[in-house]
Amino acid sequence: MSFTFNSVRIAALAVCSSIAMLAQAAPPLKIVGPWEIHSIDPAGNGVFFTRLQVAESLVDADTKSVLRPGLAESWKVSADKLSWRFVLRKNAFFHDGSPLTAQDVVRSLEIARKKPGVIKTAPIKQISAQKGDVIVELTKPFALLPALLAHASTQILAPASYAADGNVKQVIATGPYRISQLAQPQSILVERFDKWWGKAPDIDAVSYLSVSRAESRALMAESGQADITFGLDPVSVGRVRQKGSVQIVSVTLPRTILVKFNAAHAALKDVDARRAISLAIDRAGLTKALLRDPEMAATQLFPPTMADWHRSDIPPLKHDPKQAVQLLAALGWKPGSDGVLMRDGKPFELTLRTFPDRPELPPIATAIQDQLRKVGIAVRVSIGNSSEIPAGHRDGTLELGMGARNFALVPDPLVTLIDDYGDKGGDWGAMNWSSPVVTTALQRLAVDPTDNEARAHRAQVVTQLQSELPVLPIAWYRQSAAVTRKLEGVVLDPLERSYLLTEMRWRKP
Amino acid sequence: MIASSVITMGALSRRIAGQRLVQFVLVTLVVCSLCFLIVQQLPGDVAFRIAAGRYGYDYVTADAAEAVRRELGLDLPAWQQFVRWVGRTLSGDFGVSLVTGVGVATELGEHLRNTFELALSSLFLAMLVGLPVGVLSGLRPGGGLDRLTLAWTVAARALPAFMFGLLLILVFSVHLEWFPVAGNEEGGTLLLPTITLAAGLAGLMARIVRDNVIQVTASEYYRFALYKGLSPASVFFRHGLRNIGVTSITYAGMQLILLLEGVVVVESLFAWPGLGHALVHSVFWRDVPMIQGCALMMAWLFVGMNTVTDLACLAIDPRGRRE
Repeated sequence: MSFTFNSVRIAALAVCSSIAMLAQAAPPLKIVGPWEIHSIDPAGNGVFFTRLQVAESLVDADTKSVLRPGLAESWKVSADKLSWRFVLRKNAFFHDGSPLTAQDVVRSLEIARKKPGVIKTAPIKQISAQKGDVIVELTKPFALLPALLAHASTQILAPASYAADGNVKQVIATGPYRISQLAQPQSILVERFDKWWGKAPDIDAVSYLSVSRAESRALMAESGQADITFGLDPVSVGRVRQKGSVQIVSVTLPRTILVKFNAAHAALKDVDARRAISLAIDRAGLTKALLRDPEMAATQLFPPTMADWHRSDIPPLKHDPKQAVQLLAALGWKPGSDGVLMRDGKPFELTLRTFPDRPELPPIATAIQDQLRKVGIAVRVSIGNSSEIPAGHRDGTLELGMGARNFALVPDPLVTLIDDYGDKGGDWGAMNWSSPVVTTALQRLAVDPTDNEARAHRAQVVTQLQSELPVLPIAWYRQSAAVTRKLEGVVLDPLERSYLLTEMRWRKP
Repeated sequence: MIASSVITMGALSRRIAGQRLVQFVLVTLVVCSLCFLIVQQLPGDVAFRIAAGRYGYDYVTADAAEAVRRELGLDLPAWQQFVRWVGRTLSGDFGVSLVTGVGVATELGEHLRNTFELALSSLFLAMLVGLPVGVLSGLRPGGGLDRLTLAWTVAARALPAFMFGLLLILVFSVHLEWFPVAGNEEGGTLLLPTITLAAGLAGLMARIVRDNVIQVTASEYYRFALYKGLSPASVFFRHGLRNIGVTSITYAGMQLILLLEGVVVVESLFAWPGLGHALVHSVFWRDVPMIQGCALMMAWLFVGMNTVTDLACLAIDPRGRRE
């Protein structure tokens, strides 16, 4: 009986809330995407709240990765490069109405330092508040500090956000939007925060719904239920494009689909074996058929939009299966009875691990499997959880791992590259491979070189990665979103830091 | 009539409730232990899995996994983790979701409400359609309506809920633009998942009712009542309906498990934030307290539904007051 009573109550509630929604001036802007709201902690899923422009950090970045003031209106480094002073905005308020103070910033950053996150990369000695400014002292010079302080894990939250143990119990931040309803892990509603320091945005309220199935998302875009839809598979993009009321907006991300090699594996430790695998892969065909976007075939690790890191003067990665076969033969591999190459009585067999979070990865993995089979390499594709790649890196069992590496975790790709290609390699970068040239160049880049020096160091890194192939670039990445024509001013952020809601407007009828 | 053979309704209900209570305790223990064992056996390192859930694939690294392992005591031996968890569950503490950091009880409450909303509306719709159709086709076996329900039942069972749901979305949301596709935020979102679930259930219910109607109308007591000169309508309402009801309810109660099975798929397709959706996701992210909470909740629902079915049968069974 009580069930029926409950459902009547629920129905009544639903009716009331629908009426209440109708009474509001405008419905919220509806965003649909695959990402779930897993954690509200900046160290966990913080980027979610940066994207919705709920939370801000000291430093911000524009769509060209150029740093710009966030909650700090300016910053400068001392002559010995060991002390950074961040001057805070005077007119910044938290969503509970309290003003932002230097102490709040110090608290948030100190808590961030105790959790896993990029801030640990910085050689920080001490963070303190001084006359309303924030002072960060370092043990050695580190030019990347402002870029690190743009990362979502360094969001500044109000004191009331934290529980006694430093865990985040509520997101009370400073952005142009504040949370009005949060139903983890599926949905969130944010509304305009009138005391934000910047120009008041045009869009009053924004809802986000996490929808795990790509086909459901595409149908929501087509039916007009969603105003902006992320995470569409290439086939759906084509279909949605035909719908007159929806447009497709795209941007090339600083993200590359790559295969990580275990360079200590008997069959992979020779650079010629890695080159042969690279030559066996038809990237143009693969991107055309699976991504419907042949321009995204990677000819080197970094896409052309990463202007500092892309080099048009190095020989591109090619498709040449004949040369691949010759290289493998020179390494002593001979075709066995079933076509699989054999050496010392062992077949050339590898396991490629990947994951389905990005829907194009599993089909690309099977295409690679097929292309390598043609030169005599047997690949077993294992589709599991993204964590199996770092776990396999750590316990040494990984042979090949494919993911879509994001080089813009912080606005400067250098932070990610130091992690991935430093002397110890990285969970998502090199495995059992290091190059003194690359290590030194990366270290020097982190210590504020002149422009010319920086250019030379970057050239060394790129050239070395291209010739040694510790990872195999497969495809660059274009992010597309379906956007209703009712909206204007929609721009996708290549850094995936922000939905840039403050730039959007409803089109006047 | 011997007094001692008469068992009152109250005593019988109490006996049923007692049996179900024992079942409830046993099911709880079995589900808890099985869940724990299965999660332990799943491939992959739990700490890495949870880190992937918390930090996302861009940030899942060995450091993040180590932090998770330390924080959650995953380096303890399995049996100690189990004892810790059972102890907490018995004291009413379901723990905290490893991924979202929200209390499992809070999250389950929300999911349970959504699942109830979906399950009850589907059940209601299935009964609204299935019962009258079943009775009418049972009264005229082999007639047009009877053959139609047979075709419908076969089709609804053969077509997976996932397919049927997609078809509904294509027709009603994309082409006609009448209802939203997914989510539970706006009005009208309940309709399509309800129809998807109810379609299969209604067909099945109609078939069960039809078979019972045929059986009861062919019985001696039913024909005797007709010979006695009562009108067909009064025979049906006085001697038919309750007898048909008992078997139909028992059978339909058993079919309710289809609902629980259906919500897992349907909730996922329609992004309906219920128990099924939560279970799938918590398994994927190895969110152990959530997996255990969801599985327990589903087991309890099953026991609960069986109890309600038993009591409902008891209430309408004409023989109910005597042994």
